[in-house]
Amino acid sequence: MNKEIVSIIQKDQLYNLMLKGERVDGRAFDETREIKIETGVIEKAEGSARVEIGDTKLIAGVKISPGTPFPDTPDVGVLITSLELIPLASPEFESGPPRENAVELARVTDRGIRESGAIDLKKLCIIEGEKVWMVFIDIHVLDDGGNIMDAAALGSIAALLTATMPAERYGLGEDTPLPMRDIPVSVTAVDIGGGIVFDPSLEEERVANTKLTVISNQEGALAGMQKSGNGSLSPDQINHMVEVACKKAQDIREKFLEI
Amino acid sequence: MTNKPEKFIDENGIRSDGRRANEIRDVKIEVGVLSRADGSCYLEFGKNKVMAAVYGPREVHPRHQQKSNRAIVRYKYNMASFSVEDRKRPGPDRRSIEVSKVSREALEDQIFTEYFPKSAIDVFVEVLQADAGTRTAALNAASVALADAGIPMRSLVSACAVGKVDDTLVLDLNKDEDNYGQADMPIAMTPDGKITLLQMDGHLTEEEFRQGLEMAQEGCRQVYEMQRKALMDHYSKKTEVLSTEVTATEDVKEDAPGEPEDITSAEVTEETKDAEKIDDTNETGDAEETEDTVKVGDVEESEDSGEEVPDTGENADETDGQMDESKEESSNE
Repeated sequence: MNKEIVSIIQKDQLYNLMLKGERVDGRAFDETREIKIETGVIEKAEGSARVEIGDTKLIAGVKISPGTPFPDTPDVGVLITSLELIPLASPEFESGPPRENAVELARVTDRGIRESGAIDLKKLCIIEGEKVWMVFIDIHVLDDGGNIMDAAALGSIAALLTATMPAERYGLGEDTPLPMRDIPVSVTAVDIGGGIVFDPSLEEERVANTKLTVISNQEGALAGMQKSGNGSLSPDQINHMVEVACKKAQDIREKFLEI
Repeated sequence: MTNKPEKFIDENGIRSDGRRANEIRDVKIEVGVLSRADGSCYLEFGKNKVMAAVYGPREVHPRHQQKSNRAIVRYKYNMASFSVEDRKRPGPDRRSIEVSKVSREALEDQIFTEYFPKSAIDVFVEVLQADAGTRTAALNAASVALADAGIPMRSLVSACAVGKVDDTLVLDLNKDEDNYGQADMPIAMTPDGKITLLQMDGHLTEEEFRQGLEMAQEGCRQVYEMQRKALMDHYSKKTEVLSTEVTATEDVKEDAPGEPEDITSAEVTEETKDAEKIDDTNETGDAEETEDTVKVGDVEESEDSGEEVPDTGENADETDGQMDESKEESSNE
């Protein structure tokens, strides 16, 4: 059936539930779905994690190899994050170079890790100006059940926390763990007709006007934020989202992640 | 490249470019500067120089992108290769794709897209010189260009960034503050306080975030006044020329002795007045003449904010519907 029609019917249902203070899957507004994280799932990768948030499934892999630093940061390691929305994950994804959605997801994931200083990139310098460790995070979405953003951020940080630098393979000494300093966690909420719900499912994401992703670090400070979708938010809504997101992030961090 | 300054703010609270923490840079806005575009705007925000053009509503190419119930909005943010210190490789990169996406989303909800089914509204913004804050400068210019194109909008969108340097919140980061500062948070909002763009990177505590959001809103309000004034000036200038032509012929009898070349002199004074006005665009205050002239003439399409209000009510409910579909459309990708 025409998905625009489906979405209008769905929207109606979700709005009506929202008015009663309910969500379609019975969760509370600020309740996240069940999270599963499994690390070390890909032996060939230097770090990897398989993440599930509800129906959403993805694998994040970290590859690390020596390379040339950027000329403007000769003594700093390189971090490159990419994300692909491959057609395997959803009938709505098409093959080809990443479009704006994938680019945005990858860049926001990257921003959280970079800006929180999660990786001590200075420690990744081998020879200043010539050789540094390059860290590549690649995220493959396997099943789009909504809120890929949080899953991607979670997968990346979980994979990084378990990653080793393959120094032996390149004759650069012994293998050591990747120097990590912080654990950023991303929490996303959407606005559905004025109600703010966290960790949106696919249906909710589709129906929502606006999405806000809040990435906070270990000390509870903000490391990154992104509003997405063409609606608008009031400052009150934003402040509420930020407050709850920071708390949620702390819960997730305590439960699933440690340095 | 310059190196990180030791201090961003001196003991008197003055920043490296002479501003206080809550001051924005000088802004210059020119409306209707391109002849082929339906609407255009040239804007300088400090040393940022951006040009925005709006085309449409027009036919959608490729055809399959068209929506039967509304116009699609497309936004292309592009940086000229000479706009930055080290030549930028021409063409879209991941950054400009993201900037284009969030900027489009910041504007789309303010446009009455349902008035123009099966059509496209294209916004192109060219960053000619970049000096921190290009996405906000681009958005400010785009918003004015949309108004200049006569696209019905719920309101203008104004954007401004707030950031943190030396553990202090500062409005509208300059280049050094952007490069070496602790946080950067661009926001865009409508004059009635709805936030349509919000991004942030760096390090802010929740309290700093709250304060920052308020500072940025104040910055946006200042920008809004300047956008509004630029549009008012531009369109009052147009109608002044028209109305002076009319009044000039009427006044001939009375004024003829004193000023024989009535029409031309009137035109001359108009021109000088206009020249002054352009110079004045930076200051929000002195607008006696302009305010009067604005009342004389028109609010035309130049100011879409107030005029469309009756429609907003009717469309408020539908808006959400539209949002979804566009949401869905974007999840197509």
